[in-house]
Amino acid sequence: MTSWPILSLITFLPLVGALFCLIVNGPKEAVERNCRSVALVTSIVTFLISLLLWARFDATKAGFQFEEKMDWVPALGIGYHMGIDGISLFFVLLSTLLTPICILASWQSVHVRVKEYMIAFLVLETFMVGMFCALDLALFYVFFEGVLIPMFLIIGVWGGPRRVYAAFKFFLYTLLGSVLMLLAIIAIYWQLGTSDLVVAMERLQLPFQWQCYLWLAFFASFAVKVPMWPVHTWLPDAHVEAPTAGSVILAGVLLKMGGYGFLRLSIPLLPEATQYFAPLIFGLSIVAVIYTSLVALVQEDMKKLIAYSSVAHMGFVTIGAFILNIQGVQGSLFQMLSHGIVSAALFLCVGVVYDRMHTREIAAYGGLVHRMPRYAFTFMVFTLASVGLPGLSGFVGEFLVLVGAFKANTWVATLAATGLILGAAYALWLYRKIIFGELTKESLKGILDMNRREIAVFLPLLLLSLWMGVYPASFLDPMAASVDKLVGDYQAAIKLARTAALP
Amino acid sequence: MVIGLESWTLARPELFLAAVTALLLIYGVVRGEAATVFVSVATSLALLVTAVLLFVPYREGTAFASLFIVDRLTTTMKALVLVGAAITVLMSRAYFEHAKAWRFEYPLLVALATLGMMLMISANDLMALYVGLELQSLALYVVAAFQRDSVRSTEAGVKYFVLGSVASGMLLFGASLIYGFCGGTAFVEISKALIDGRSGEIGTVIGLVFVVAGLAFKVSAVPFHMWTPDVYEGAPTPVTALFAVAPKIAAMSLLVSVLMGPFKPLFAQWQQIIVVASVLSMALGAFAALRQQNIKRLMAYSSIGNVGYILLGLAAGSEKGIQAVVFYLAIYLVMTLGVFATILLMKRRDIMVEGVNDLAGLGRTHPMMAFALLLFMFSLAGIPPLAGFWGKLYIFIAAVEARLYVPAVLGVLASVVASYYYLRIVKVMYFDEPTEALDQPVFGVNRVVAFAAAILVAVFSLAPQPLSVVATAAAKGLFP
Repeated sequence: MTSWPILSLITFLPLVGALFCLIVNGPKEAVERNCRSVALVTSIVTFLISLLLWARFDATKAGFQFEEKMDWVPALGIGYHMGIDGISLFFVLLSTLLTPICILASWQSVHVRVKEYMIAFLVLETFMVGMFCALDLALFYVFFEGVLIPMFLIIGVWGGPRRVYAAFKFFLYTLLGSVLMLLAIIAIYWQLGTSDLVVAMERLQLPFQWQCYLWLAFFASFAVKVPMWPVHTWLPDAHVEAPTAGSVILAGVLLKMGGYGFLRLSIPLLPEATQYFAPLIFGLSIVAVIYTSLVALVQEDMKKLIAYSSVAHMGFVTIGAFILNIQGVQGSLFQMLSHGIVSAALFLCVGVVYDRMHTREIAAYGGLVHRMPRYAFTFMVFTLASVGLPGLSGFVGEFLVLVGAFKANTWVATLAATGLILGAAYALWLYRKIIFGELTKESLKGILDMNRREIAVFLPLLLLSLWMGVYPASFLDPMAASVDKLVGDYQAAIKLARTAALP
Repeated sequence: MVIGLESWTLARPELFLAAVTALLLIYGVVRGEAATVFVSVATSLALLVTAVLLFVPYREGTAFASLFIVDRLTTTMKALVLVGAAITVLMSRAYFEHAKAWRFEYPLLVALATLGMMLMISANDLMALYVGLELQSLALYVVAAFQRDSVRSTEAGVKYFVLGSVASGMLLFGASLIYGFCGGTAFVEISKALIDGRSGEIGTVIGLVFVVAGLAFKVSAVPFHMWTPDVYEGAPTPVTALFAVAPKIAAMSLLVSVLMGPFKPLFAQWQQIIVVASVLSMALGAFAALRQQNIKRLMAYSSIGNVGYILLGLAAGSEKGIQAVVFYLAIYLVMTLGVFATILLMKRRDIMVEGVNDLAGLGRTHPMMAFALLLFMFSLAGIPPLAGFWGKLYIFIAAVEARLYVPAVLGVLASVVASYYYLRIVKVMYFDEPTEALDQPVFGVNRVVAFAAAILVAVFSLAPQPLSVVATAAAKGLFP
């Protein structure tokens, strides 16, 4: 154990950077340069510190580590309680990794209000990391909702032509789901007299009917965040209008908050309702996998296509999470991490050509391989990772989910597997349209390949995707103990409820 | 009847304020217009000194043959009212000087209204309640119409007067019914009569309904809200700021002490009324504001919505509910003063503007002002981690614990709708292109107030605990 509050440090260090940016003053050029550097340095330092977590993480322990506990609002029983376990560890790392990448990716593409942009991203990082570390329901909610403020501004200020519509849709959709979760949190607090999550995990005993109400309230919030069909419609709009880095964070981290929420709150706190509603999740997820894959096939906008593919991939995540055996949950977590890396990289790939041509229409491209070989290679790796080629990260997660699903319910597994085929279809189709073919379009003839900054952006993601595909054990091992505990506790609770129900 | 020294010491802050107001009035009459600046500053100071007197030394008890009560709750509410009034007086000067309507009567009228509010808050008898209420209302009617050569301002004054009189009449009628059925006007007597069951239930309930209706008018709860948007829009902006804070807090405090005090035995009856008023206020405040173009009108609907949330805390009828009411009111005071200070800074070519669209591009032309308003808006919308969220959380905790599930669900849904129009202001400031920029605000009271309010919102966001300690202590006044 460490004696210094490493989680708080990681969470709030970006805010310090944001404050620096806030007080930077002087001529416009200098301010922009300084803000960019401050933001990049802060986020990289944050990332490096967060690597310490991984290094010092004790994979044999199932419980929470690096815990910090303080009173915050004792009058309301709200504490400041942070800690991570195998489930949250990699989400923290994912958030701290993607932020510097986003800042680097926006180095040149953002040139209006740079100062505010960097502040927004650093604040966003604080909220994201905090959310994955929070072990108090109220604290969790604060971070979970707080994310909306910087993201609303990022989409609305630096977004595309329909940014206002997309920003409002994003905000109101998510808020509507979340306020119901707030009531559920209040109800739990009312039962226990504290909002501490660890206490809630140990002591919360609710009648079945109440579990169902609360489960639905949590579901309203997390399903919108994931997003699950049919409440996914905010996602394509938000992605298309957001600036590249905004899309990266949105796909890379924000969607994971939903899946994480299911695993952190819904399943351990409300096991019986989870079992009761699992078929609903399977149904919606299968629809998501098949339907949104089909929708992705007919998209004309690159970002929209990837956005729909995200919905389909997150369908695997929710299936895996609610299969509730070890493979399923591990697969779900792995799939989230892999999707966090791969979809982030795909959005960055779109950003590369968008910065040059200022269009995202698939029809506007073609034959880029002749001018941009490095780009073609990068894009190919991530396309294949997204498709689920063995050896790359996408495969492991999908495979584990399908193995888990097959053990529990062959129909779910079979239907979900069709998603893989469709996924290959749209991803490869997109790749062919953009990269292959003759370079006939006049406007593309002068396009330049990736520069050094862009390579620096992609290289870590590429290596990571390869690593996750070739040697997933480095990621699966730290998760294992916590996942075992989650599944074990869940099954024990179900068993207990069954025996209690017997006369 | 001999009034002991103890009575006078308990009412020390009120007596001080009354004496200072009278002296300043004489001074103003003698010196004429030349006294205006001095009188206004002196009044603000007097209001703040009165607030200090509340606590140094702090005393509790009843006075003047139980007409007047002082406890933690009344003291806290009075402090909020006094701070709100003092700051709005300071905020007014620039506006009225610009409108060439800066007269020494204005601060004095505000001081008299504040005195009325303090009496209301401390009322322990229906008569004392009415006297305080009328002292407050009569002064405020004049203040609303203070810009007397402006049609809008006089219209606002007349409207407020006519509708306010109706409300006072209802309240008085209700009071007389209660007196008839309970055999007394003192809260203690009413309470005793109700507990003993000596009262003819139905007559008392009808009386109670009228009293609640009269008070609901003062806090502008639906369905007695009709005056609010017109008066807010028509009255001079600093007066609107005053209306949005001081009388609201005073009337809410009165509602709390009447309902939780003598009428506690009729909880089951009045709870229904308050729940309905609360839900309707939340809904109307959310939906009606969606398409408002005038920011003052928008704030009027926003305040109706906020009153809805506060009433939900009251409807819980628990100690936690009252804590939530105090907590919410304190945060509401800060946010509202901040917003109005910002509105008072909105000038274009030296003319006050108050359209939402006049804020276009504020994020670029006035980054600090826009950032402050952004904080206030997200806070009013109740988005965590900002202060307004803690207020709403407190209220909803109280509501859920009192098993008011349906109102709580409707409340959170209304807050989502309401967040749309708060976001719209953010959108206009940050997403829209600047049209013709507003004037650069000169350094003055309003900038200081806006800045201080923004800081306070930030502090309460991160550390709500001190405020909840205050709220807990205040609620102890009703739950000894």
